[in-house]
Parts: sequence; structure tokens; C-alpha cells
Amino acid sequence: MFYREAGDFSTTYPQDSQTFPIRFDRYRYYVVLAVALLVLPFVMTDYLVNSIFLPFLIYAIAAIGLNILTGYCGQVSLGTGGFMAVGAYACYKLMTAFPDVNIFFHVILAGGITALVGTAFGLPSLRIKGFYLAVATLAAQFFLVWLFNKVSWFYNYSASGQINAPERTVFGVPVTGANTDAWATYLFCLVFTVGAALLARNLTRGAVGRQWMAIRDMDIAAEIIGVNPLKAKLTAFAVSSFFVGVSGALFFAVYLGAVEVGEVFGITKSFLVLFMIIIGGLGSIFGSFAGAAFLVVLPVVLKIVGVDMLGWPTDIVAHFQLVIVGALIIVFLRYEPHGIAQLWRVAKEKLRLWPFPH
Amino acid sequence: MKMKLGTMAVAAVMAASPVMADLVFPSLSYRTGPYAAGGIPFADGYADYMTLLNERDGGIGGVATRILECETGYNTEKGVECYEATKGEGSLVYQPLSTGITYQLIPKATADDIPVHSMGYGRTSAKNGNVFSHVFNYPANYWDGASGAINYLLEANGGDISGKKIALVYHNSAYGKEPIRTLQNLAEKHGFELMEVAVDHPGQEQKSQWLQIRRERPDNVLMWGWGVMNQVAIQEAANIRYPMENFIGIWWSGSENDVLPAGDAANGYKALTFHGVGDDFPVFDDIQKYVVDAGKAAGAGDQVGTVLYNRGLYAAMLAAEAAKKAQEIHGVADITAGMMRDGMEALDITEAKMAELGLPNFGPEFAVSCENHGGNALVGVTQWDASAGTWSLISDFKATDGDVIGPLIEEDSASYASENGIDPNCG
Repeated sequence: MFYREAGDFSTTYPQDSQTFPIRFDRYRYYVVLAVALLVLPFVMTDYLVNSIFLPFLIYAIAAIGLNILTGYCGQVSLGTGGFMAVGAYACYKLMTAFPDVNIFFHVILAGGITALVGTAFGLPSLRIKGFYLAVATLAAQFFLVWLFNKVSWFYNYSASGQINAPERTVFGVPVTGANTDAWATYLFCLVFTVGAALLARNLTRGAVGRQWMAIRDMDIAAEIIGVNPLKAKLTAFAVSSFFVGVSGALFFAVYLGAVEVGEVFGITKSFLVLFMIIIGGLGSIFGSFAGAAFLVVLPVVLKIVGVDMLGWPTDIVAHFQLVIVGALIIVFLRYEPHGIAQLWRVAKEKLRLWPFPH
Repeated sequence: MKMKLGTMAVAAVMAASPVMADLVFPSLSYRTGPYAAGGIPFADGYADYMTLLNERDGGIGGVATRILECETGYNTEKGVECYEATKGEGSLVYQPLSTGITYQLIPKATADDIPVHSMGYGRTSAKNGNVFSHVFNYPANYWDGASGAINYLLEANGGDISGKKIALVYHNSAYGKEPIRTLQNLAEKHGFELMEVAVDHPGQEQKSQWLQIRRERPDNVLMWGWGVMNQVAIQEAANIRYPMENFIGIWWSGSENDVLPAGDAANGYKALTFHGVGDDFPVFDDIQKYVVDAGKAAGAGDQVGTVLYNRGLYAAMLAAEAAKKAQEIHGVADITAGMMRDGMEALDITEAKMAELGLPNFGPEFAVSCENHGGNALVGVTQWDASAGTWSLISDFKATDGDVIGPLIEEDSASYASENGIDPNCG
């Protein structure tokens, strides 16, 4: 009834090939964006920003990055935590070496450095595939964490091996360090998340994205029709690592402020982001957002319901949380292997036909 | 959809906040995960002492205490979430019991005017109250621990340990790396050779490290471990027949959980401490009567008198005393976090006061001042008796090497101050 293309005529090619061809969809997207940009900053509190919105926005960037590599190009990676660490440490070194440059450029540059590192670790993907590539990226994960723990140049020779984000401002408003306002950090991350989503969306529906998907679906066939696997795989690694690096830099500089590589960027982080894209939906930008939201918000909601409302002991709730998340992963893999994004697509299809399903 | 969840969370937080007519002590505990064996007794001790104050004395200065427990699983991100979730409820002081979370909270809590008490952990240079206005780490810190261990060895060897080889087995994290610099300087001063052996989180696999120790035969082994790493290290030391009396752990490597799995082989293992061991103190009778027998004990109630339970109890006692001090200074019973900070800075623990609280000779005497947030740096040594199943204090709380530690604290806190643009807080 609401959601349909009736009466929505495209008269030009750009109109026909836009991201949201259906008018209702497009307006919904504008409303979400307007709420995120114009309403949420005014109601943002320290609690909301630090326990829900910052992790959600930052994990969404990481999930988009991994989704490009795994969901669009079909290269399984378990090195996300390590690449996030590259972004974080690059950002730290840049922040302390060039304190006068705006943090915005440091985050972008940190993504660029991660893209270089990611491309280097992506080189083996030309020879090895599937599980073997997963193991090679696993090696990257452990190597990078070891490197940042071992070489004290990366943490400016501090006694504890921790890195701490000094205060940096954007337009005079602090976005890193201790004296930040909730709305400032939120908007700073939101800009990166929206930018990443737009970039990823347009890359994946352009020529590059089609090459990635061709490689994913069948690499030999793709090669025969003229896709260069070297270029396609390495661009996927580079773009994916860029996003993951940006998310690592934000994770360290804006969200946590102090980071210890082994604890924050360990193998569990790689799995967490992988679960996000599996639950959210492989090969879907919306799925990256949905998966990140699901895995960030669910533990918080479970805790609020269990501890604050029902008054259960904290350890029981923490154990329940593991049980529930685990069960949900199994349920999703069994009943909806394409993730939340597929549920969303099915819901949209149903809506288009409703109320006359035939 | 996002907006809806946000409002739901706000509504839930609002619904969960009761009126503020009590003294709120948040407990960022970890009763789950690989470090739970250490987190449970500490959280129980902390909660039980606060319950005791409510049941026996009617709270602190007539105001009831309330423990606000939040599960972190020793995970930094969850710790941040816990901090944000609890700070709005009038939380007085944070005791994160994790180096990673302490580092998170140092700038955040300072900006929010809430004190942090990292008792025997966290950032060592927080002892310098001139730079770290809201962070306290009395009565002792890791560098005191390193120096205390070396002093103990000096004493045992007649004052000369030059040419000896001492190994440090450490958790490869910010926590484990803390003592390295101090030990290097001490090695230079006393002429011993330091051998660094890193163990990665969580430390369940240490075969190669102990093979290295067996090959190099150090005269002594020091350990900075936590959680499952301790048990594994002591078991591995027993497997290579390393003499246990030459093996000294930091205070986080010296609880019952660490030595019991190795059985008789752990007999003679030593650990540093900054508080008394066992339950032979009058306060435990009150805990039995008012808390345990009344069915109000935290957790399973089976931890009373263990090393880490005592440490939680000691932390709660120091927090309660600081709250009393704050009530005294400001003349109000329902204090705020900012007042609590003033109370902590004016804290003066004497033997007479500890005896009055039912904890005679439980810990060293110390006084906190604006410049010194770390106490008098007195460190004792305990030893495990496997047949009796008890720890016993074998060395009094003794002074540590301030000549080596002082300049290091000065250096590290100065670099923090310049990185973050902090002006001196005192004077």
C-alpha cells in the first residue's frame, strides 16, 4: 500500500539507477539521515553515546570494510582485529608526530596506511583460496598484534605499552581526549560512517564492485570474461582495509581513548566483526549496519532487562547473554543464512504486494 | 529503528535510577571469563564489608551504603559501558580491578570529578597526585612490588645479589610490563642480571617459557601474572622442579586459586602482599554474625578469609574510611564524588584506627596527601603452606627503594602531564 513504485516514473537514466529508486524508500532514507544528523545530537548523553552509538557507528564501518572483502569479493578474512590495530597505531603515531594537523586527516591517513598493509597481506590471496586464505589472514592478525606489543616505537616507548589519545579538536570542539561532549564525538563518527557507507555503496554498484562480485561467484569464469583477478582482489583488500583502518583509528582515538593491543584488537575482535556481517547479511551495506546494531545493542538491552529491571545477579545475566547470542547465531544460520538484510528484503517484497498478495 | 532503541535505553535507565539518599559504591566486578577466579572473591569481599556497615552501624555516618554491581568480564569496552551506566547514580569511587579499565577511567573520571582507587594496580605514576588529581593507588604500587621483591632477596642473600640471575615471568600486557623499567634500574644498581620472559594472554600455554627457565637456571623467578596464568606457571615450575621458595609472585599471583591446583608441589611458593592474610581478625566475627549467618553474603558466600576476599574487604574499608573523612571535612552526611575525592586525599590510616575497625596489623600505616596519592610503599611477603592450606606473612611490611622509584614516577607522570596539558594540582 505504502511501499510501491506505482506512479513513480523515471524519465532519466540517473533517476533509474539511483540507490533508492522507490520514492518511499528514498524518503525513509532521508528521514533516517535527518534524524541522525539533526535530532540525535541534541538528545545524546554520555551513556547513550559510549555504550550504544559510538560502538555501533564504528563497528558499522568495520563491518562495511569486511563485507566488501568477504561479502562482495568472497575472500574470507580473520585479520580484521589486526588491521584495526594498524589503523589505531597509525592514528596514534600521526597524532603525536603531527599535533597541528587536524584529527580528521589523521583518521583518513590511518585508513590509507592500513590499506597499504592490507594490500601487502592480500598478496597471498592470488595463490591461495578459501580456508587457506583465512589461515593466512589469521597469521596477519597474530603477527600485527605481536608487532605492536613488541616494538616499542609504536607506542612511543611508554612504560606500560598502552597508547593514549591526546586531546584534538575539530573546529575548536574537542573530539578526542577526556573533555569531549557526547554530541561532538557522535557527529564526528557519524560523518565517517555516512561517508563510508556512501563510498562503499557506490563502489559496489560500479564497475569495481561488479568485478569483485564476479570474482566471488566464480573466479575462473570472471578471468575468462576479462576481469583481472590481481586488480580485483587487491583493490578489494585495499578498500576493505581502508575502512577497517578508519574504524580502528576511531575506535582508539574517539571511543576508547586508551588502548592495549592484545586486549582490544585480539582475535575476538576479528570474530565479532565476522559475526556482524554473517548475522547482518553478506554482500549488503544495510546488512553491515544491521549486524553491527544487533551485536552492539543486544548485550546492552539484555543487561538492562536482566540486571536493572529483573534484578538478577550480574554473573547470571552475563552467562545468559553468551547463551542467547550463541543461540541466535545458530538460529540465523539455520533459518536465515542471508542474515537480517534478507529478512528486510523479504519484508519489503511483502510490503509491496500488501494488502493484495496475488 | 535506531531512535526507538535509544529511547528504550533512556527509559530503562531512568526507570532503574532510584532516589539518591544513599552512598553508592559501584563495583565493576568480573564474575565471568578467564579472570573470574580472581574477580569473584574481590567483589564478594567488597560487597560484604559494605553490607556489614549497613547491618551493624547503619551505614556510614548514618547514611546507608549501596553496592552497584556491573559485570565487566575484565573487558575494557564493557568496563566503559559500566562506568557510563553507573556514574549518573551518584557513584563515589571506582575500583575497576583491571589495568586496562583503569587506564580508560583515568581521564574520564578526572573530567567527571569522580575519584578512582586502583589499589595495587593501574598506572603506577598515579602516585604523583600533583598530576593525577583524581587517581589514588595507595597503599602500594607495582614498582614498590618490584623493589620489595628485590629487597627481600637482598635480605635473604646478606645484602649482595650481584651476579645473580633473576627472571621475570610476566603477562604480556600493560599490567605485566609495568615492573620492567624498575627492575632494569634495580638490576643496574645491584648488579644482577634480569631475564624477561613474556607470557601472552590468557597464559594457558607456558611450556616454552619454562623450558627457557630450565635451560638458563635463574636463581630466582618473579612473576607478574593474573587469572589462569598463575596456576599454569606454578604447575609448570613444579614440573621442571624449580625450587618454590625461589619463586616470588606479585600480590595478584598469590591467592589460594593459584596454588591449590598444583597441590603439594606448590608448597613454599611466595607472594608479595600489602595487607594481612587469613581470617584471624575480629572483623571476621562480625562478618560471620551480621552478613554470612544473616544470609546476606555476596555471591556464593564461600570466599570469606581468602587472600583476594581480604583484599576486597580492605579496599572497601579504605573507601568507607575515606567517605567518613569526607563527611567530616564537608560536614554533610550525603557526600558527592567530589567530596569523596577530598576525603581520600586526607585519608590517614593508623594502627589505632585499624584496631578499632577490627583489623589490627592488617595493613601498613599510611597517610595520603595532595602530592602523594600512593601511601608509604610498604610491602610484605607471604608464603604458602600446602599441608595446612594457608598463607602466612613471613616478612613485615617493609620500605621499598624510593631512590629508584621516585625519579621514575616523576618522569612518567611528567610525560603524561605534558601529553595531556595538565597543570600541577597541588600548591
